Amino acid sequence: MPMVQIENLDIVFGNQKLESLRLLDKGMSRPEILARTGDVVGVQDATISIEEGEICVLMGLSGSGKSTLLRAINGLNKVARGRCLVKDGDRMVDMAKCDEDTLRHMRTNRVSMVFQSFALMPWMTVLENVAFGLEMQGVGKKEREERALKQLKMVGLYDWRDKKPDELSGGMRQRVGLARAFVMDSDILLMDEPFSALDPLIRSQLQDELIELQKSLKKTIVFVSHDLDEALKIGSKIAIMESARIIQEDVPEQIVLNPATEYVEKFVAHTNPLNVLRGNALMTPVAQLGKMDNLYKLTDHLWADLQDGKLESAKLYGEPVAIARWEHGMDIADLPEDSVVVAPVDISMRDAVEIRYQTKLSILLEENGKCVGVLSDHDFYHALLGKHFSRAS
Amino acid sequence: MNWLTEHKIPLGDTMETFVNWLIDVAAFFFDFISITLETLIFAMVDGLEWMNPFAVVALVLAFVWWLHRSVGMMLFVAAAFLLIMNLGYWQETIQTLVLVVTATMISVLIGVPIGIAAAHRPWLYTVLRPILDLMQTIPTFVYLIPTLILFGLGYVPGLISTIIFAIAAPIRLTYLGISKVPNELREAGLAFGCTKSKLLYKVELPAAMPSIMAGVTQCIMLSLSMVVIAALVGADGLGKPVVRALNTVNISQGFEAGVAIVLVAIMLDRICKTPNSKAEG
Repeated sequence: MPMVQIENLDIVFGNQKLESLRLLDKGMSRPEILARTGDVVGVQDATISIEEGEICVLMGLSGSGKSTLLRAINGLNKVARGRCLVKDGDRMVDMAKCDEDTLRHMRTNRVSMVFQSFALMPWMTVLENVAFGLEMQGVGKKEREERALKQLKMVGLYDWRDKKPDELSGGMRQRVGLARAFVMDSDILLMDEPFSALDPLIRSQLQDELIELQKSLKKTIVFVSHDLDEALKIGSKIAIMESARIIQEDVPEQIVLNPATEYVEKFVAHTNPLNVLRGNALMTPVAQLGKMDNLYKLTDHLWADLQDGKLESAKLYGEPVAIARWEHGMDIADLPEDSVVVAPVDISMRDAVEIRYQTKLSILLEENGKCVGVLSDHDFYHALLGKHFSRAS
Repeated sequence: MNWLTEHKIPLGDTMETFVNWLIDVAAFFFDFISITLETLIFAMVDGLEWMNPFAVVALVLAFVWWLHRSVGMMLFVAAAFLLIMNLGYWQETIQTLVLVVTATMISVLIGVPIGIAAAHRPWLYTVLRPILDLMQTIPTFVYLIPTLILFGLGYVPGLISTIIFAIAAPIRLTYLGISKVPNELREAGLAFGCTKSKLLYKVELPAAMPSIMAGVTQCIMLSLSMVVIAALVGADGLGKPVVRALNTVNISQGFEAGVAIVLVAIMLDRICKTPNSKAEG
């Protein structure tokens, strides 16, 4: 059962929703409907499902409807049509149709939210802000302070507990925002561009902290961002929105490798491939290598002896070279210089480049115990120049 | 031209008929209000006058200390009260303070909820705005006449006129404060499970508090500015000696009473300014 399941969801802001929906069904565009009824179509026919433990990033330019869709998940935005199911124990609650009490129950216990401009209450101390949601849950004063303090320790703001938000820096304020959401112990976190208002260094630091926290907390996170690098860094799934529609939904690597439209391609063109691409997308397959008997030509002077896909030996200028093995999590600096490294096929480009830098030779990629491809300088240059990202290729 | 003046629209006559009709229909209602308010005011005035003046000053000073922790302000308040006592306006000052405090309390009790309601319902504010403008701009003497007729001579018509004049401030500033609450704070409140009433008490009111307090301060000052006019319809207080001085062209009495009013005004203004709002601007 998914944690969040959105089915054919439309959101319309305005007074003539029925008429707007009718025009929408007739295939009219957003500006046309705005001109005819004065209504703004926020989200059109969105369908997406988010599994437990996933970080789903809603991506798009401002005005594309990503924040609007996010706000449907905790009922802050009224749904005009369609279903927005959120898991509550063993049942799915439709946030579009449930009554006030259920909605409140979902907000206090299932779904928490982090805001772009922090939305901390300026008259409350940091501690009171973090405990705010617990107060709404009806948790007693002593317990909620205890829990809030614990959460503040986790985000490193314990010493700031009695300060007011305006005494904190932007990064610290958002840490308070995160603590306020995390302390609720809800399974689903909605994050509306939480790091966009921060400067780049703090932003990347908080992204790392979030990834680190997520490893232990395993929340289901719906994250809104307009920054593809951020989306690629933290997302396990990315849905790209353009003028109220979801136009592509896929894992980060596929978004980068197979952008569905020109719009996505434009986003993708500015990303850093080191963070996204993996060996299988980069490599030259073994079948395409030059070959003499069992000897495969990796580069002009480097030949590998593959028996049934197993690397037996490798020769550089006719001299045998060492063979090493790298698995995820191993320290790349420990690999011997001038050795041919066999690595898993899903190695990240960043790791592969680092291995290449360390060993100075090509890297063989292995899948199910068989060498399937090779990574040489040419493959890296190809990716670094963004040639993977153009739809034409 | 002649035709125009000959066919006069009976605007004034209609109003008079309306007021007369009110007296016929709801005399007991106005009497009830009048008696209740008068009893309340007399009780407070009598209570304060029964106490030793120095005890009253001490109470006020304790309140100032609790609110502001400022020795300077306490010294000023003490000096102001001593000067007033020395000039011989202690009783009138008490009466004025009671009138101002009562008017402010009633204005706030009525005005703040109206302001909140207006902030939540745009149509209500559209209706209210011209009424508030009217209440603040129409010359005070004009509605002094019907209040005099409806409530009789004394404190109450003064009080009612003061309220009519001053209530716009808390309404407007409460409305402003609540409508200026950042949408994100409201969303945050809702997202963490506020009910409608919790959203009001835990998010909107605290966020609007500086603005609402500014409304209360303004309301006090507006009420104070009405003391002389209230004296015209028989309300006791610092306005009385001013009116008397005007009628007898008594410069010295007028000046002394005027100084007392100014002192009360400065005291109230300084005391009401919350330490927060001072820091903010």
